[in-house]
Amino acid sequence: MKWPPRSPGRAGDAARIGRRRPPGTARAAAPRLAWYLARRLLFALLMVFAVSSASLVLAHVAPGDYAGEAAGILGGRQRAGALRARYGLDRPLIEQYRAWVGGALRLDFGRSLAYDRPVADLIPERAANTALLAGAALAAATLIGVPLGIFTGSRRGGVMAALVRGVSVLMLSMPPLLTSLLLVVVAARTGWAPIGGMGTPAQLVIPATALALPIAALFERLQSQAIREVLGQRYILAALARGAPRRRVLWRDALKPAIRPVLSVYGLVVATLLSGSFAVEMVTSWPGLGRLALEALRSRDVFLVAGCAGTGAAFLACGTLLSDFALAAIGRPPDDPEPVADD
Amino acid sequence: MTERPRRGPGSWRGARRGSTLLGAALTGIVGLAALASPVLAPHGVDDRFPDLLDAPPTLPHVFDGGRLRPPFIHPWKLVNRLEQRYEPDAGTSVPLVWFRGGRLVSSSDDSRAPLLILGADSYGRDVFSRLLFGSRVSIALSLAAAAGAAVLGGLFGALAGYLGGAADDLITRTADAVMLLPAMYVALALRALLPPVVPPAIVFVGLAAIFAVIGAPFVLRGVRDIVGTERRRESATAAVALGAGPVHLLVRHLLPAARGFIATQMTMLTPAFIVAEATLSYVGFGFGPPVTSWGTMLQETSNVRAFSDFPWLLSPAAAIFAFVLGLNLLIEDRRARRTLG
Repeated sequence: MKWPPRSPGRAGDAARIGRRRPPGTARAAAPRLAWYLARRLLFALLMVFAVSSASLVLAHVAPGDYAGEAAGILGGRQRAGALRARYGLDRPLIEQYRAWVGGALRLDFGRSLAYDRPVADLIPERAANTALLAGAALAAATLIGVPLGIFTGSRRGGVMAALVRGVSVLMLSMPPLLTSLLLVVVAARTGWAPIGGMGTPAQLVIPATALALPIAALFERLQSQAIREVLGQRYILAALARGAPRRRVLWRDALKPAIRPVLSVYGLVVATLLSGSFAVEMVTSWPGLGRLALEALRSRDVFLVAGCAGTGAAFLACGTLLSDFALAAIGRPPDDPEPVADD
Repeated sequence: MTERPRRGPGSWRGARRGSTLLGAALTGIVGLAALASPVLAPHGVDDRFPDLLDAPPTLPHVFDGGRLRPPFIHPWKLVNRLEQRYEPDAGTSVPLVWFRGGRLVSSSDDSRAPLLILGADSYGRDVFSRLLFGSRVSIALSLAAAAGAAVLGGLFGALAGYLGGAADDLITRTADAVMLLPAMYVALALRALLPPVVPPAIVFVGLAAIFAVIGAPFVLRGVRDIVGTERRRESATAAVALGAGPVHLLVRHLLPAARGFIATQMTMLTPAFIVAEATLSYVGFGFGPPVTSWGTMLQETSNVRAFSDFPWLLSPAAAIFAFVLGLNLLIEDRRARRTLG
């Protein structure tokens, strides 16, 4: 049995995503795929630039500035003025922005005012911490959510499937802020996991779990629906009619097209992960990008704000690119044939 | 070929209906409690009991030495001031009184043995009353923000769908870009535009506006599609032929088709805004001390030790969970059908 069965696709499909090609076009499609991915890469770079610029300008027009905050009540105006002059904060916005862009092109992202260190020195460590947390959560969510979704999607009724579905709906209503608070309290009372801070792998358990659970639930729901839709298609019926083992049909023929909805939300899930990671970092004192960004916003450390925002945008871009590559790798499935009528 | 999926065995339909009912019940209870909080709360939002800092909940009893009696509570006796440990004074029972001073139920000896259904916080304030009054701020904010998102998204979505072409492109792409960004960070960055210390009313309006901007794209996308489709219908052409202007056409013929969609989106956004308020207030970028909301209640005890020693301080989290779960269950059915589009 060959999958996928061919059906006339729309004209632009092959260009947009490397679909399984009709014979003879193999050579033409590869550059098109490369061109597609290159365009996505360009878009990602633009996004990083736009987000960090926008946040720099936002942090700048926000009331108050670093000098005012740092000089404080005791410092008075003269000290604040001196600080402003020292960091060039008294120059017009356009001029500062031009200097910052010029530096950024040479990979110099300015100095943090509060830490008095280059932004490029401060961010990697924090970004790595957030990436570790988000990566662990994403891996856990995928490993839990997708198999469970295949399980619930491939059978209707049954106590287990209903139970999984119920738990998923509950988990979708548990934002990481609440889950992490709850886990921390449980851990503090029972001592089953260390709370707060970062250093040992065990300290990753609570923040990663809190972050992963709602996303696992989302994956379970998406995967479940996708499997159910695919199993209703004619070619699955045909495969089963030909006597192919049910398990093989499910895990090989049905899963490949049904994994797409989950893969295509990967890009969006990165945004959810970053938002959630922010809350989790606050509750569990995980030294990540979120805490750094909040500190920077509080002290109006404009260049650090821009650096954090740009790093966040880079994460997002990675997520979207990853999702694009994965979709391209599994190939675009045929346009769905009309649904089988219910009998 | 044995197990082709069939549609709708009874058990699933039943489960669906049951969960929708549960959702309606949860949302209804929280909503009613918020509306009726001045009656339901035994105390004012800022009433303090300086001798009862972090006191545990007072459970109403009805049995006294095996005899049934009208509900009463035992007052707390401070055993260790440093550790804030209390023991019930079993010898004294203070009966509860109903409908006194416009409150549903309260203790008959409010000054010495107040009714603390969910215990007291570190300032000696009644957590249950604060939870009720706080729900008003949190829910009102998220509803205002959802309404704002519906208006913004509806307006620009209608424009995009109606105008098409370059305007459509510009509006839709901007919306897509906003949707791609992590909402929490956008909220933080926009919140930073307000001065750190501003009157509560301005914080309310500011947060509602920020959330509306973040939520609007979710409304916008759908409204644009619906308006775009409706516009190509013959009924729309007929209306134009009969002399309908663009505004009349939009308001009377095109937008009504999107009503159901907008309602669903508002129901999906409201829980997200509740959580966003809680998160922002928790990190100190939302409401400040004079205001009581679910988020500020969590923030006031942001020290984890306090939560683990006095778990009733987590009740705002439970309230958020109940309300969010209720709303999610209400629309779960519709969301499930829509997700795959």
